[in-house]
Amino acid sequence: MSIDSKSRQGWFSRIAHPGQFAAWTQPLLWPLVGITTVLFGVGLYFAFFNSPQDYQMGETVRIMYVHVPNAWLSQFVYVIMAVSALGTLVWRHPLADVSMKAAAPLGAVFTALALYTGALWGRPTWGTFWEWDGRMTSTLVLLLIYLGIIALWRAFDDQLRAARVIAVFTLVGAVNIPIIKFSVDWWSTLHQPASVFRAGGPTMPPSILIPLFLMFFAFTFLFLVLHLKAMHTEIRRRRAMGLERRAAGALA
Amino acid sequence: MSAFGTVLGRELKLAARGGGDVLTLVLFFVMVGVIVPFAIGPDKTTLSRLAPAIVWIAAFLSMLLGLDRLFRADHEDGTLILLRQADLPFSAIIGAKVIAHWLLTALPLIIASPLLAIMLAMDVATLGRAVVSLLIGTPALVALGAIGAAVTVSIRGGGLIAPVLILPMAIPVLIFGVGAISTGVGADQSGAALLFLAAISLMAVALAPFVAALAIKWGED
Repeated sequence: MSIDSKSRQGWFSRIAHPGQFAAWTQPLLWPLVGITTVLFGVGLYFAFFNSPQDYQMGETVRIMYVHVPNAWLSQFVYVIMAVSALGTLVWRHPLADVSMKAAAPLGAVFTALALYTGALWGRPTWGTFWEWDGRMTSTLVLLLIYLGIIALWRAFDDQLRAARVIAVFTLVGAVNIPIIKFSVDWWSTLHQPASVFRAGGPTMPPSILIPLFLMFFAFTFLFLVLHLKAMHTEIRRRRAMGLERRAAGALA
Repeated sequence: MSAFGTVLGRELKLAARGGGDVLTLVLFFVMVGVIVPFAIGPDKTTLSRLAPAIVWIAAFLSMLLGLDRLFRADHEDGTLILLRQADLPFSAIIGAKVIAHWLLTALPLIIASPLLAIMLAMDVATLGRAVVSLLIGTPALVALGAIGAAVTVSIRGGGLIAPVLILPMAIPVLIFGVGAISTGVGADQSGAALLFLAAISLMAVALAPFVAALAIKWGED
């Protein structure tokens, strides 16, 4: 994971050098943890105590405040991975490799949580844990793709080579993201269509929209914190592996 | 073009002289069709209703089983590295290998599909639609499979990972492939499914050689 920092002296390559990146993002970590905690505190308070019941769904509407952010992150994380994959393929940048690798398990967990909370919500409101509806199916496929990518990461010994190959596969898998996004419009089976980001504004009153946005940001910041921390860990792991290799070379 | 033909011919010759790989795959395909009635029961109406799905699942599994032979041997004895030195673009070589792979693994299955039709109580019209849908859909499977095989070729014992990677990607092929055979509602719908299947196949076949070539190149050096 060496980068020829001498040949490229731009400010971006300086701050994106893995070691440098770990150094300058380290102080950001705790403030981000603070923001995440506050957002979750306020968001959960609003979600549980300060938002109305739904006239049809009753209390179960509160599952939405966990379900929707997770579902949004399941796609957002994949976009992050795809952008990192571009970074790997176009600039062969080690930081992009690290970002891609760190994001995969997080994305898988957010997707699994979105499916899980969706099932919990679907049972009382739709009367079923699972239906082969377009959006659910495509989200399940997303989870399978995440798991495949994680399996791929674990199968390679050489992480540098793994990054480039997995980047190719990640970009192929990105086909699924627009399918998930538009699945509710193409197959109007069970899952409701887009109701927040849509032409003509959201269909919800502010009393529901405010806690939803708070939870949106809370989960997004949670992802940022976890992603940053996982990237630090990965950078350290690679450095440790490099040191080990060097030590073994010195012995031999 | 002659280099392209040479690569294609080499693959076919290797398969013809190297043993019964192709026949084993056909055997597997037919066996899946034999096994299923034991699980479901020999009731003819149930079987014929499920037949399109079973045919496609059998094709799916056989194609996945054959995936590893696409690049593995050539990677292990260094042929792939030599092929990369050729005048022909590497993606064209991959294209030739993909076509050869289709001829060796998909076409025999399609030829053997009447056997399955008899065992699954398909009528002739359904069999005709099944053959058409397999003919149009299997190139997409081979193309997607080539991407999976290319991504995993440099992993030791990566033969198991390629199917896991490719299965979720190939779900649309399965949906439209089965949709093109079963005509529950009307002929329009199966026609639309067939068009979708053709679109997926064309896209996958057009893009896969480039993606697979990229994955192999970057996986090796």
